[in-house]
Amino acid sequence: MEAGVEGTLLKAEVRDLDFFYGAFHALKRVSMPIYDHKVTALIGPSGCGKSTLLRCFNRMHDLYPGNRYAGGGIVLHPDDTNLLAPGVDPIEVRMRISMVFQKPNPFPKSIYENVAYSLRVRGMTNKSELDDRVESALKGAALWGEVSNRLKELGANLSGGQQQRLCIARALASDPEIILFDEPTSALDPIATASIEELITELKEKVTILIVTHNMQQAARISDFTGYMYLGEMVEFGVTDQVFIKPQKKATEDYITGRFG
Amino acid sequence: MLKAADLDAIRAIITRAKRWDLFFSMLGILSLMVGVLTFTVLFVDMAIQGVPRLSYEFFTSFPSRRAENAGILSAWVGTILVMLVTALSAVPLGVAAGVYLEEYAPKNWVTDIIEINISNLAGIPSIVYGLLALGLFVYYFGFGQSILSAGLTLALLILPVIIVATRESIRAIPQSIHEGSYACGATTWQTVSDHILPYSSAGILTGVIIGMARAIGETAPIITIGALTFIAFLPTAPFAGDPPAGLFDWILAPFTVMPIQMFNWTSRPEAAFTVNAAAAGFVLVFMTLAMNGLAIYLRYQLRKNIKW
Repeated sequence: MEAGVEGTLLKAEVRDLDFFYGAFHALKRVSMPIYDHKVTALIGPSGCGKSTLLRCFNRMHDLYPGNRYAGGGIVLHPDDTNLLAPGVDPIEVRMRISMVFQKPNPFPKSIYENVAYSLRVRGMTNKSELDDRVESALKGAALWGEVSNRLKELGANLSGGQQQRLCIARALASDPEIILFDEPTSALDPIATASIEELITELKEKVTILIVTHNMQQAARISDFTGYMYLGEMVEFGVTDQVFIKPQKKATEDYITGRFG
Repeated sequence: MLKAADLDAIRAIITRAKRWDLFFSMLGILSLMVGVLTFTVLFVDMAIQGVPRLSYEFFTSFPSRRAENAGILSAWVGTILVMLVTALSAVPLGVAAGVYLEEYAPKNWVTDIIEINISNLAGIPSIVYGLLALGLFVYYFGFGQSILSAGLTLALLILPVIIVATRESIRAIPQSIHEGSYACGATTWQTVSDHILPYSSAGILTGVIIGMARAIGETAPIITIGALTFIAFLPTAPFAGDPPAGLFDWILAPFTVMPIQMFNWTSRPEAAFTVNAAAAGFVLVFMTLAMNGLAIYLRYQLRKNIKW
């Protein structure tokens, strides 16, 4: 399909997706592949539709009236489910694809309960099973060492970077197929940002990652594939190195070199 | 380069502009005093008149034709029982309605009309509720002039307050928490029961107490449904008497409440009854303040663990 993708499997495909906020045409026939166990980054200026596209993946738009998927879809492999099909329950979609938000949003509950929540909604009640899964999720989010002896404390007592890793643990606990990151480091300081970036690169061993970022260096550092969006359209999609070193489109080059945006 | 003259000019401007700060803070303090002082004067006056009258017998005696023997036993028991019925019916109804409107209701014109009407309901004179209750509860449902009728009437009266408070405190929960729950794969009910209700309970509680504090002093609708002004017995306690009363027999008993007792006493010509009314008023205000104090304490306890 794209250059340099031999041996990588498709995890999902966006096909000719159109999306409206009321009368505003926010996504215009967007298509892109998401490769299995890779990090795919979406970049572009504010308002270009990158977050809108990300939030289609877990049907967050369904929470608000006036939002409309108007054609095309997102097909999840290997079962070929169209996530946006009317018959597909958004809750089922969210159980397969979890999300980490822009600003850390731990629930005002204990650290333990924050991570356990995504398991509890899946009906898990067995204490020792929960303990194990919470521990491995916190280890996966590189937070276990810092919180193992204070699991009963409020999540909000952690630092910003720790809170974001707690949210990553929460997203990870349910063993999702894809994790969506919506500008996960924009509210964090440089040191916390570095640790989250390192974590994301480690996480792709376990899970497919789609990340929206307004920081191009971040996209270049951590992603395998990059999509550049502008005004609701996917201008260019490709292997990250190629998009950054030898973009095919003039518009992409202008954005990346800072002449625009 | 800044000249000394310029600096003086700037300082003069600041001094002039700051006079408005002074003026407004004075105005603010005065406005505040109107409310606070009025209440304080009323309360102190009532306390001076009424407190000497307070005694153990005052709380344990029924009303009497002789002022010095009269007490508020039936009134305070009635008030507490009526408030119990009010709370037990208004809180579940109000919270459920509020949660539905915020979390479940589709955003369309029907919902809009309902929303406008709820705000309007809060502004309807309480005597209108009394008339409604007289027709509906007293006669149509046949509850009679009972604690149940009074409790339900006051519940209707404070329902809008509780609905509005519920909605406001749900809206105070950040959208990100809301989305976080849904993103975990929670259903709407899971989001409501695991997050929305626990995090908004402090605000809801405040609304409930404000509503109850309003209800406890209501006189007009209670008189309208026909509460007695002179009552010399208590509702039967559960399982008391022979044959034993049922658990909820008291709910259909006739009753009186504190404000009606006060109203009754103030309309008597003898000065001694005015003193009784002041004493009862002091107790009523004390009950209201105690409820508010409880609300502040519970709100503090509930909010301790809520941080975003």
